[in-house]
Amino acid sequence: MISLRTLAVLALVAISVRAEEPIQFNRDVRPILTDACFSCHGPAAKKGGLRLDQRDSALAAAIVAGKPEASELVRRILSNDQDERMPPPSSHKTLKAHEKEILKKWIAQGAGYQKHWAFEAPVKTALPKSPANPIDWFIAQRLAKEKLTGSPEADRPTLIRRVAFTLTGLPPTPAEVENYLKDASPDAYKKMVERYLGSKHYGEEMARHWLDVARYADTHGLHLDNERQMWLYRDWVVKAFNQNMPFDRFTVEQLAGDLLPKPTPDQFIATGFNRCNVTTSEGGSIDSEWVFRNAVDRTSTMTEVWLGLSAGCAVCHDHKFDPISAKEFYSLYAFFYSAAGPALDGNKLLTEPTIKTSSPEQDKKLATLVKQIADLQMEIKEKVKSLKYDDPAAVKDADLKKLDLTKSLQIWIKQNGGKDNKALPQDIKNLLKLAVVDPNKLKGANEVKLREYYFEHVCALTKPEFDALTKKLAAVTKERDDFDKSIPGTFVFKDMPAPRESFVMMRGQYTKPGEKVEPNTLGVLPAIKKVGPRANRLDLAHWLVSPEQPLTARVTVNRFWQQYFGVGLVKSSADFGSQGELPSHPELLDHLAVWFRENNWDVKALTRLMLHSATFKQSSRVTPELWKRDPENRLVARGPRFRLDAEQIRDNALFVSGLIHLEMGGRGVRPYQPQRIWEPVAFSGSNTGTYTQDKGSALYRRSIYVFYKRTAPPPYLTNFDAPNRESSCNRRERSNTPLQALQLMNDVQHFEAARALAERMIIEGGKSPAERIAFLYRTVLSRAPESQELAIVQQALEQNLARFAKDGDAAKKVVRIGESQPKTGLAESEVAAYALIANLVLNLDETVNRN
Amino acid sequence: MNPLFEYNLNETRRQFLGSAGMCVGGLALNMLLGKTAQAQTPARVHPPLAGLPHFAPKAKSIIYLHMNGAPSQLDLWDHKPGLQAYFDRDLPPSVQGGQRLSTMTSGQQRFPVAPSKFKFTREGKCGTWISELLPHTAKIVDEIAVVKTVHTNAINHDPACTFVMTGSEIPGKPSMGSWLAYGLGSESNDLPAFVVLTPRFPASGNGQALFTRMWSSGFLATRFNGVALRGAGDPVLYVQNPAGVSSQDRRTMLDALSQLNQRNFERFGDPETQTRIAQYEMAFRMQTSVPNLVDLASEPQHVLDLYGPGVREPGSFAHSALLARRLIERGTRVVKILHRGWDQHGNLPQALKNQTMDTDQATAALVIDLKRRGLLDETLVIWGGEFGRTVYSQGTLTRDNYGRDHHPRNFCMWLAGGGIKGGITYGETDDFSYNIAENPAHLLDMYATVLRCMGVDHERLTFKFQGLDQKLTGVEGAQLIPALLA
Repeated sequence: MISLRTLAVLALVAISVRAEEPIQFNRDVRPILTDACFSCHGPAAKKGGLRLDQRDSALAAAIVAGKPEASELVRRILSNDQDERMPPPSSHKTLKAHEKEILKKWIAQGAGYQKHWAFEAPVKTALPKSPANPIDWFIAQRLAKEKLTGSPEADRPTLIRRVAFTLTGLPPTPAEVENYLKDASPDAYKKMVERYLGSKHYGEEMARHWLDVARYADTHGLHLDNERQMWLYRDWVVKAFNQNMPFDRFTVEQLAGDLLPKPTPDQFIATGFNRCNVTTSEGGSIDSEWVFRNAVDRTSTMTEVWLGLSAGCAVCHDHKFDPISAKEFYSLYAFFYSAAGPALDGNKLLTEPTIKTSSPEQDKKLATLVKQIADLQMEIKEKVKSLKYDDPAAVKDADLKKLDLTKSLQIWIKQNGGKDNKALPQDIKNLLKLAVVDPNKLKGANEVKLREYYFEHVCALTKPEFDALTKKLAAVTKERDDFDKSIPGTFVFKDMPAPRESFVMMRGQYTKPGEKVEPNTLGVLPAIKKVGPRANRLDLAHWLVSPEQPLTARVTVNRFWQQYFGVGLVKSSADFGSQGELPSHPELLDHLAVWFRENNWDVKALTRLMLHSATFKQSSRVTPELWKRDPENRLVARGPRFRLDAEQIRDNALFVSGLIHLEMGGRGVRPYQPQRIWEPVAFSGSNTGTYTQDKGSALYRRSIYVFYKRTAPPPYLTNFDAPNRESSCNRRERSNTPLQALQLMNDVQHFEAARALAERMIIEGGKSPAERIAFLYRTVLSRAPESQELAIVQQALEQNLARFAKDGDAAKKVVRIGESQPKTGLAESEVAAYALIANLVLNLDETVNRN
Repeated sequence: MNPLFEYNLNETRRQFLGSAGMCVGGLALNMLLGKTAQAQTPARVHPPLAGLPHFAPKAKSIIYLHMNGAPSQLDLWDHKPGLQAYFDRDLPPSVQGGQRLSTMTSGQQRFPVAPSKFKFTREGKCGTWISELLPHTAKIVDEIAVVKTVHTNAINHDPACTFVMTGSEIPGKPSMGSWLAYGLGSESNDLPAFVVLTPRFPASGNGQALFTRMWSSGFLATRFNGVALRGAGDPVLYVQNPAGVSSQDRRTMLDALSQLNQRNFERFGDPETQTRIAQYEMAFRMQTSVPNLVDLASEPQHVLDLYGPGVREPGSFAHSALLARRLIERGTRVVKILHRGWDQHGNLPQALKNQTMDTDQATAALVIDLKRRGLLDETLVIWGGEFGRTVYSQGTLTRDNYGRDHHPRNFCMWLAGGGIKGGITYGETDDFSYNIAENPAHLLDMYATVLRCMGVDHERLTFKFQGLDQKLTGVEGAQLIPALLA
């Protein structure tokens, strides 16, 4: 199971410096110092009192700016004396001649330092007479340096399939392929891209990636792991991408929609981002611990998603590598520490704060029902008032023993007082209890309430008169409740009316508050502008997308690059800190970041820029030499080729089979899932303890709408590296395992799709086996089979046909797999034989890859 | 076409395969040259990382019996005869020391001491104290090292289970099994390196949840995820062909698939295609090896009897214990059995008895069976929960009935087999089994020790994630416990 990709490592940062270029500390000097010097003269140790990562320290002891010949550092790196030379022989580190040259030049030019690259503002490179696409210029520059050339453009069938999956997560239809192949106009590719950008499925595909980042799921995640309702947030994300909401607004609404002036319901829904974290209501949980943990999760997620920094270390101590002190971490945390609502989720479907999203019509209907209920209650009240009733028990000399509680209010009170009569509502029970403890308390409104209840529900003399009203009231009340329940709600984020004070928590322990902190951002970055006396989340959100802030734009364009090209320009897409990887093309990354910001954070425009590049359109064919040199395709000397994501693989099978049901939005659906995935792990009392599979069209919905239970996520998705959504996921693995092979061969979802596709082959594909196989290839792979392939498939088909002709029982079973009805009028043995062929093609390496 | 790009590709497949002499590529090539998987015994497809193991390993595999919910150390291992005189008296505040309580008992008026109602005896040559609830385990005490002073960080199940399985309370770290699969690979080409079993448990048990994160690979590649072998349905997900599809049909399909994928490899040159070809062949082998694994026909009656009643019922603890042995025999690196129902906040005596009756015999049988087969020397068996339970009673206390709350400050685990000194007790607690008196053993110290038995230096099995060299044993510096090592 070893991945060949991991076996070769490419050194990407060794860029030789041309003589005329000024030395840049980050690009040229830092890598040398990091490798050779920092382990003794850096953040972790300062032997001889010298730190070379800080200019002051370096100038004090080892460097004379502008004068290499007077600098101790230069003398020591050039020394031939074993005892003097740096790095010392015992470190097993050596400097190469050209590295020594760089250090000398750097000192000669003044020994300028730079902050860690990601904290410096991105700068757009001045391009030589605007090239067609700046991406291609940067990529080509780099390839030329490496003495490599790029690849030719991929053929059109490959291109349309690549674009369709990239933008919609679905394959192109054969008709779409044909149109594109026929289109001789120069802007055929552009038109094709626009078609998919305009599809409503674009939003679904884009949202799917964001939902990993947002850690969206349909259960609370810890302990009982009960259902939670916040799919309105998921649908909001889809809509936001389809409306091409600019990324800065997308940011502000999710982090602080509630603080905008007069927020719309949608802006409230957007704040669900900060409610997607896992929560618990485990018995024994300590509130203050969970207030702390929820705020830590929200802080770490925000820091990772927008700043590309892993702040986790600073929860317990000052970050060893990045300039994030514990105090700064807790200053960020202070933005989230005053979340309104309970610390524990209460195992509820809707844990406050939440909103209901009713339409004006629904509001009207609800108001009507509420009024009906009030009217009925009033009518009952009036009727009670008008009743003439003398309690027989109050009559002098009454024989109390003969009196029945259905006739006397007093007797009824006496007999029920203080008892736990389960038939009575709780408030009436409470009043009766009161009557026993202190009859004097039973005056006024309380008495009226008891009387009303008695006459309406108990008293034999009056109850019949109320029956019709009571029944009607119950019916209308139920109608209102049901209607109310049918209006979905969702988790939103709000602050408490008065904020909690925040403290540095010593060593990350919620019981050990240290220094008090105010909401603030990181010192190494430009200062936040606060509108009020205390910075709030809205200020934070605006700060994140402010032009001065160097990280958000870089991190965001990098994430889209990763989505379209398979690997980010910064491979560690959630870590732009000093422990993250350096960008493969720093100038390109900066250029895109500035471009994105200057183009109003327009996501579709950025997508066009990337997809229209020749870089994206290259053939993904790779030579062994190039593979050895660049297995991860960091230089992009070829087109991106990688395995489809879990959801795309399932959606593809459903789509090409014709089974797919493309309805959008709504509560998570429960398609086929092997037995006993939830049950063996679930807590006994959980409402997601038993999986009840849906029926009918819900089985064939797109995977983004699948119900996501965090403690046991859908195995057919996790098997292909979908995360469990417990924490923010910026980058999925792409594993390649036998369990995946078993799933694609045998999972009922995939096999039913194969059977339905087989029926399409027979009905729509033509008469001969060759025509049908060609239909299959066009449908699944957007191309015709080569003759060699056709021969291989045909041979397998003949074996299948012969086998199922002999074994009718087996054929009968094969065509009945799944809940969709087999098409009538087809020979079962033929459908079974073709089903295995469709299954074969759905399992092809080419099918499960974006080529 | 873009003039920037000129391309010349004239490499042949032969040259490529020649240069990429990887085990998977080589394996795939063998199959491509017409040798089927059955005909050719492939090279090891899950090799260890370079440089591993760090030391000559004492144990090759691990069977980890996790009693989920936290079994009471006071009623099973940590014998405190002095407590009988303390019945229903308040736990002295000096013992409790103002430490954190779960909110299930933090509101209690009193903390009355509940002595165990169960008898303890000294067993084996070593004379280890053990409760009458474990009559079978009593017979193997000379093989095991009981550690009475294990302690952990978390006080509630969810974080504590995450901690005991992954070394961290925060979800997202790899399970111990995933670390070992990553570092040491697997001896088996036909079965996963890391397997998890989740047997059913007595109805009286308080069924705290399990989470897939307990066997997740976290930030390691997902191929190191634990594979949950299931008691009902297919033992491995999707291992069975759909109804009506025979093994021969699969072979027909896979022969065509290999050829077509090979053609695809020629077109794109992506070595991942070769890996995929190999994985389909492994999947095909698993379709045979997994049913073989769970077919107990070859087990003699006396072995079945040893494991006790229920051994033939898939999904029982006894069945799982036997499967664990069969798995490590076949080269699986780590097997974890996660048995639930050990969370006795109330009605402890009866419920705990039911739990031990469900597990005791098969637990002892596993150790005996391994020993008879000569496998105990190379297998490390671990038994334990996620924390311990309080000496004071939760809820009503009588001589015969009581409950116990969560207690992370000390609890018992035991180890047996490869690399472990049998017949010892390590660490001592105070008179109330409430604090550690000597030789504390943090869970991460235990894991440092476990990794050592497997030939792994816990400081050197690392993976870079979020800017840190992540380790199973965390950043605080876990300590090996030499006294436990043979």
